[in-house]
Amino acid sequence: MPRTLLLIGTRKGAFFLESTDRKTWELRGPFCEGWPVYHVIHDPENGAVYAAAASEWHGQAIWRSADVGETWTHSSEGIGYDADSGRKVSKVSTLAAKDGRLLVGVEAPGIFESRDEGQTWSLLSTLDGQPGSESWDDPANQPPGHLGISALMFDGEDADRFWAIVQGVGLFETTDYSQSWTPRNRGLRADWPREHEEVGFCVHKLVRSPVDANRMYQQNHVGMHRSDDAGQTWTEITEGLPTEFGFAAATHPHDRDTFYVVPLDPGHGRMMPEGHAAVWRTRDAGSSWEALDSGLPHRDAYVGVLREAMAFDDEDDPGLYFGTSTGQVFASTDEGETWSQIADYLPAISSVEVAVIE
Amino acid sequence: MADVRLPSTLAPLFPGLPRRLDVQAGTVRDVIDHLDHEWPGIRDRLCEPGPILRRHIHVYVNSERARLETPVANGSRVDVIAAISGG
Repeated sequence: MPRTLLLIGTRKGAFFLESTDRKTWELRGPFCEGWPVYHVIHDPENGAVYAAAASEWHGQAIWRSADVGETWTHSSEGIGYDADSGRKVSKVSTLAAKDGRLLVGVEAPGIFESRDEGQTWSLLSTLDGQPGSESWDDPANQPPGHLGISALMFDGEDADRFWAIVQGVGLFETTDYSQSWTPRNRGLRADWPREHEEVGFCVHKLVRSPVDANRMYQQNHVGMHRSDDAGQTWTEITEGLPTEFGFAAATHPHDRDTFYVVPLDPGHGRMMPEGHAAVWRTRDAGSSWEALDSGLPHRDAYVGVLREAMAFDDEDDPGLYFGTSTGQVFASTDEGETWSQIADYLPAISSVEVAVIE
Repeated sequence: MADVRLPSTLAPLFPGLPRRLDVQAGTVRDVIDHLDHEWPGIRDRLCEPGPILRRHIHVYVNSERARLETPVANGSRVDVIAAISGG
């Protein structure tokens, strides 16, 4: 019987939530020895689970389980800059897998690849020469929480094409597996001075519609934006949301115009406004928004949701899931109309991904 | 042989790694080389590129704070410590 598996990265290890009916859930873990886990993914091509983790004591590594969490190995062989480069890998922030290529984005900004399922790694790109790259190693440009390459997203068809977010700089696209890059930030808003025309934007989260490859959405530091040409140009769609700030975003698996976000207080608290938890949905590509809060706490809920901490499954009646900075996981199987809390008392959650395991 | 003692956080990462073992070595670097030969990858858990010891990994030879170049003699006690912290 197929199992729905939620892969949860937390500040103290990885956890799995498993269900055969998406109503009752079994918690497994903690995995990865309590290391801070930034992102956990499932590679449907080989069935492996990968977790990007970085211990303050023992450094960064990519953990791998080929048997859905029963056993784990880890490796960082090859993840590191030359000692004389002055650059240091402090975090492994985000993972992406396609066609036997496993990528990890790191801080200081760079992308490493593995062709042997995470056993060994080599540097693929530092986006050297891109506008902004001359200053993104400056510690002054790496405030607390900086993740370097904060997100990677493969094209659905072409493994040579993928997008990378450089935190605080912007979105970049490659179509030749990082031989060359193009900034993709045209039309984005920035409320601060910028040194370059093409970069200087703070892209938090990029998602793409599974049913329309040209339709993308992004949650930005200052606003929600939509693209109808696969990121070449962007249009702001913030109006109607309670704040312009947030991290998490998810696209409906079957409807290109339906999209979900979790607006947060833009101050340093970065919690849901006024202690009232809500996910916001548009069904018309951002022309209008509605709050979905049935089953979520309406008061005294000072929680945040981070960039990788919301995800859809792709069932006919899709399930939407998100994890909070205070260790709860919420699920909805009616497109966000109602929510159920399916886990509590976990460490602060950094990522939630979904896999269906046969 | 040096009497090498390892932190509790290291053993779960490498199957079969004991908390305490005897190692023939002339320096702390030799100790880590030996460990990495027996348990590949352990150097990355203790050292940054350079290599230098990771910031929060402390090594003591006969109770004296040591670096990779610190000599290790026959009968030396080598303590590898994951620095104590909160949180």
